[in-house]
Amino acid sequence: MQLTDRKQWFLKGVRHGIPIMLGYFAVSIALGIAAKNAGMTAPQATIASALIMASAGQYIGFTLIAAGASYIEVIVMEAIANARYLLMSTALSQKVDPELPLRHRLLMGLWITDEIFGVSVSVPGRLNPYYNYGMAAVATPGWALGTLVGVVLGNVLPVPVVSALSVGLYGMFMSIFVPPARKNPIIAGLVLVSFALSWVFNTLPVFGGISSGMKIIILTVAISLVAAILFPVDTKEDGHAA
Amino acid sequence: MQRNVYLYILGMWAISYLIRVLPLTLIRKEITNKTIRSFLFYVPYVTLAVMTFPSILSATQTPVSAALALVAGLAMAWFGMSLFQVSVLCCVVVFVAELFIK
Repeated sequence: MQLTDRKQWFLKGVRHGIPIMLGYFAVSIALGIAAKNAGMTAPQATIASALIMASAGQYIGFTLIAAGASYIEVIVMEAIANARYLLMSTALSQKVDPELPLRHRLLMGLWITDEIFGVSVSVPGRLNPYYNYGMAAVATPGWALGTLVGVVLGNVLPVPVVSALSVGLYGMFMSIFVPPARKNPIIAGLVLVSFALSWVFNTLPVFGGISSGMKIIILTVAISLVAAILFPVDTKEDGHAA
Repeated sequence: MQRNVYLYILGMWAISYLIRVLPLTLIRKEITNKTIRSFLFYVPYVTLAVMTFPSILSATQTPVSAALALVAGLAMAWFGMSLFQVSVLCCVVVFVAELFIK
């Protein structure tokens, strides 16, 4: 890994991290409001966001803390809500250079979020950890500051602005999965199936008791597994996949 | 018993970090199993699609503005606009749409 390489990847990460930062800022305002309602102070909520960087996980944690749950209960629920990161971490283990030193693996693990994962795992070829660091360098402050603003200002921020910022994240998701779907009809089909099943899961009352984090993991595992069996990919040569 | 909020936060952080870092540090070799490789190849696209829909519809003040952003975003990404452009223009679509729809 050469120095210029690192710098380039870091800067690219910063650039690609800006939409993540904007989206995080908007989303975490709601989280800050939830934290305040759960009786947390601004420093507590901000530190939690800077460290944990998990929307559903933090939300569940705050709710349980407010309800007076035990440490163990909070930790167990946190594990369930964040179980999907196991999957993402596994995918990243195949995306980085097998020789990547331990310290980089330990650092990258700090910032595995849905968004940083989704963007970084989609780069062509091997993943340079500095790309993730660049994204984390802008995304983390966005998440922490949004939480702070949520606790302190809550409902002062103009609603239309928060509303508009909230779709930024989804715009980013689309720009990641649409171009491969255009090239690969199997991915296009999977996207449509994912939309449909996700809608079913979120609409039918039968699934109402499942947390949103669990829904994501169940659907991801089920759909990807069926796809892997029906449409195995030969990923040996291009290094682009997995 | 008086509980310390910072201890809760520390516990939440520790378990989240373990989950995030263990596979990345423990799996050092290339997985050769074709099914697992294919599975991991499909995971990001499926996850992102599942996270996008229908959640996007409840992210804004009205599902209509979000639906417009969804269609616009899909089209812009299809025709090759960059991640940043798609993301920012989706926000603009919602902002403008909500000037007209309440």
